[in-house]
Amino acid sequence: MPDSSTSAAIPNTPAQRMILRTTRDARNDRLFRWVLLSCAMLVLLALLGAVASTLWGGRLAFHTFGWKFLVSDQWNAVTGQFGALVPIWGTLMTSLIAMLLAVPISFGIALFLTEVAPSWMRAPVSAAVELLAGIPSIIYGMWGLFVFAPFLADHVYPWVNDKLGHLPLIGALFRGPPLGIGMLTAGIVLAIMVIPFISSVMRDVFLTVPTRLKESAYALGSTTWEVVWNIVLPYTRSAVVGGIFLGLGRALGETMAVTFVLGNAHQLSASLLMPSSSIASVIANEFTEAVSPMHQSSLIALGFLLFVVTFIVLAIAKLLLLGLARRGGTE
Amino acid sequence: MTISIKVRLAVLAAASVFTLGSVQATEVTGAGSSFVYPVLSKWSVAFHAKTGNQINYQSIGSGGGIAQIKAATVDFGASDAPLSQKVLHKFGLGQFPLVIGGIVPVVHLAGIKAGQMRLTGPVLAAIFMGQITRWNSPILVKLNPSIKLPDAAITVIHRSDGSGTTYNFTNYLSKVSPDWKSKIGFATSVPWPAGVGGKGNEGVSAYVEQIKNSIGYVEYAYALQNQMSYTQLQNSTGQFIKPSNTAFSAAAATADWAHAKDFHLLMTNAPGAKAWPIAATTWAIMYKKPKNAAHAKTAFEFFKWAFEHGQPLAQSLDYVPLPPSLVKQIEAYWARQFKM
Amino acid sequence: MSADNIWLYRRRRAINLIALVLGAAATLFGLFWLGWILWVTLVKGFTALGPMLFTHSTPPPPGAGGGLANAFLGSLIVNSIALAVGVPVGIGAGMWLAEYAKHGKLGGVIRFLNDILLSAPSIVLGLFIYTILVKVVGHFSALAGGLALALIVLPIVVRTTDEMLKLVPSTMREAALSLGIPQWKVVMQILFRSARAGVITGILLALARISGETAPLLFTALNNQYWSSNLLKPIATVPVVIFQFALSPYAGWHALAWAGALVITLFILTLSLLSRLILSRSKVTHD
Repeated sequence: MPDSSTSAAIPNTPAQRMILRTTRDARNDRLFRWVLLSCAMLVLLALLGAVASTLWGGRLAFHTFGWKFLVSDQWNAVTGQFGALVPIWGTLMTSLIAMLLAVPISFGIALFLTEVAPSWMRAPVSAAVELLAGIPSIIYGMWGLFVFAPFLADHVYPWVNDKLGHLPLIGALFRGPPLGIGMLTAGIVLAIMVIPFISSVMRDVFLTVPTRLKESAYALGSTTWEVVWNIVLPYTRSAVVGGIFLGLGRALGETMAVTFVLGNAHQLSASLLMPSSSIASVIANEFTEAVSPMHQSSLIALGFLLFVVTFIVLAIAKLLLLGLARRGGTE
Repeated sequence: MTISIKVRLAVLAAASVFTLGSVQATEVTGAGSSFVYPVLSKWSVAFHAKTGNQINYQSIGSGGGIAQIKAATVDFGASDAPLSQKVLHKFGLGQFPLVIGGIVPVVHLAGIKAGQMRLTGPVLAAIFMGQITRWNSPILVKLNPSIKLPDAAITVIHRSDGSGTTYNFTNYLSKVSPDWKSKIGFATSVPWPAGVGGKGNEGVSAYVEQIKNSIGYVEYAYALQNQMSYTQLQNSTGQFIKPSNTAFSAAAATADWAHAKDFHLLMTNAPGAKAWPIAATTWAIMYKKPKNAAHAKTAFEFFKWAFEHGQPLAQSLDYVPLPPSLVKQIEAYWARQFKM
Repeated sequence: MSADNIWLYRRRRAINLIALVLGAAATLFGLFWLGWILWVTLVKGFTALGPMLFTHSTPPPPGAGGGLANAFLGSLIVNSIALAVGVPVGIGAGMWLAEYAKHGKLGGVIRFLNDILLSAPSIVLGLFIYTILVKVVGHFSALAGGLALALIVLPIVVRTTDEMLKLVPSTMREAALSLGIPQWKVVMQILFRSARAGVITGILLALARISGETAPLLFTALNNQYWSSNLLKPIATVPVVIFQFALSPYAGWHALAWAGALVITLFILTLSLLSRLILSRSKVTHD
């Protein structure tokens, strides 16, 4: 103990030692707290830095186009006219499709892994599902372009077009030439990519539910499904939503895979079978070859808009969650 | 004591691993156009074997190459589009061509082999504008009396990402079709009026191979490697030309380099009788007063070696070396413009 | 039991059965994609698989007779830097959020910003590091690549640490504190131990994610055709090599790209299985 050996008055009585230890503990606690706080501040700095750098890089575009940048569907490198409407629309639609597919499937996987599967099966299967997150996103892109999109174009989309294209209201979503690439394909690929994120968080938090809670419910005669739906899910709700955010975040910002299967078309179209573009994919597709300062600046401005879109989407989700918590009467 | 020796050994070992390779030879970094990436990487290995110097060139796109040389994070940049004299002057940069390649239209039509189909520039522009929509339209039938064209709609395939290929292809269409020039123009990415976008040359190749009755445009090497049906094109003298290394070379030789300041010249629609009309080059961009003189010197040695000894390697990858007359002009340009 | 009750009972049983079957079906669905993609990678990368893959550096085109040794080394170095920077800071920030700022305003703000950082397009994070490091120093480096990836690791680790610590029952906290154990010890040695499994899952997810990231490396670590382990020089990484090779016209390069993808995936699989094995030995329950 270095501090006691250097100190002049060596504490002898238990009371003195006690006081010394208390002050040391208090000091260590303060230090610990400061270290953690500075870590948290680093997160803050990283984000603010990234946002500021995109705002600074996009200043030329924001200055030139003003609010029109948000509502224009023009994207023309020849005339130097840029607007972000199509990429914003594409980002929201592909992420929406991805979440609609991924959330229920992930929940199913977590349910299977925590309640249904025999225990010898759990570890390998959950590792395998997590492995979906380990496949490089460019491989998803290449597989999507060379294998999955042609498969959809040949076997799935003609059928979708035929059967769903004529329905009232939603028919417009499924009409179009069966090219294989487009918003629906990108949404499906994104869903596959975010499933491991959402399902592994769900599985981990489901496992943290105290066994006595579940056992009490079983003792009252609940079925497995009822235990999961009425006990496990409410208990872990906040963390489950956290996992969904993790997936949503990935879907909104995913670059490489989407770049390959979305088509990078700057036209607004209702049909999910048509090529479109997303913010991240436009940046990835065009940034490296953008020569004019206005083109480059517009692409960085898109990056800033993605922060804004994410901010809004997350804010809405948080509000919904708050409403849920209030209605549930928990917390 | 033994522990500290062990630790010291480990630190030493780690240090030696992390500095290995950084002392003996000059390492030059270049970045930019993806078009020249394969040939530069092949030249680099041969040059390394000969001199021990490492030229590390990476494909990050032409826009990236220009941005990096302006920021001086690389020793040389490479771009498929030349910089204007104003920009060159402002940043104290110089540029010169590296190697030549061709861009070819490719079609997917049953029974039609490579080099059979004939197209003219204006017809190509009309197809890509969506004005000619069927393969058996009279104008195409008239151009191709000897082959049987199907009664089918044309699917146009273009690049979805920004690219030097698109830049040169649309530049050619702008030169031969006033309509294209006024309505669309040329750039690394343009608002396409028709068709489907594929990512990269590989993406366009994949689509043309998958979709029947389609037409696209790719770099020559991709057409050859994927055994695609490229077409003939009518050049500025009215001749129908098949794409080949000699036809690309003829375009480079007949282009008017002597009057192009800082080699600012696109080779599309070149005047030679044997010239392929969509030939392209990539420019290396360097500082006239380089920040790191040793690196710049090695870079020039590398380019000189490549111009003089790199032809067989370039040809093995379906690139065309610069004609000797142009190499002389470039070497004179170096002596005049660069401080070495 | 009355008829109503029997009907209700059957209905509940049926719903239960359907839900469980659907759960199993969802799992099969997920595994189906994994199998499909792995199969495609294996078939396409088959010709490049062999000892050369690990002993030779990236070859010039057309790509025969080379490997990815320099890229594997580079990815190892860059990912290590990313984890060395991102994980401690991420765990620290996550701990602060869970233990000191559970309901505070600042905590809420940071938690929210962390979620935004989570979905920042990776290319933008790369550009950020490019602006503050590469452009200032004047050259690309492995270090810059590692820092760009650290920005991707950070929010994932923060999120999972925060969530896992929050799930540790507060009785445990109170019990430990009432024994007079200082708070830093409570957090580090009791709460963190109990949350470790989830945190490690988070780190693995982060590692999996950065192992396949191309966009942020393009403008930070660049790439290198040659063997290099210098932290201050451009360095080869597997995803960037895959990206460049996959979009080239040469069959040899294509095969190397797919083989690289297969190795990354298998690496993540091994890591994931190993960590599971270790964790299952030191299982902590909450009862």
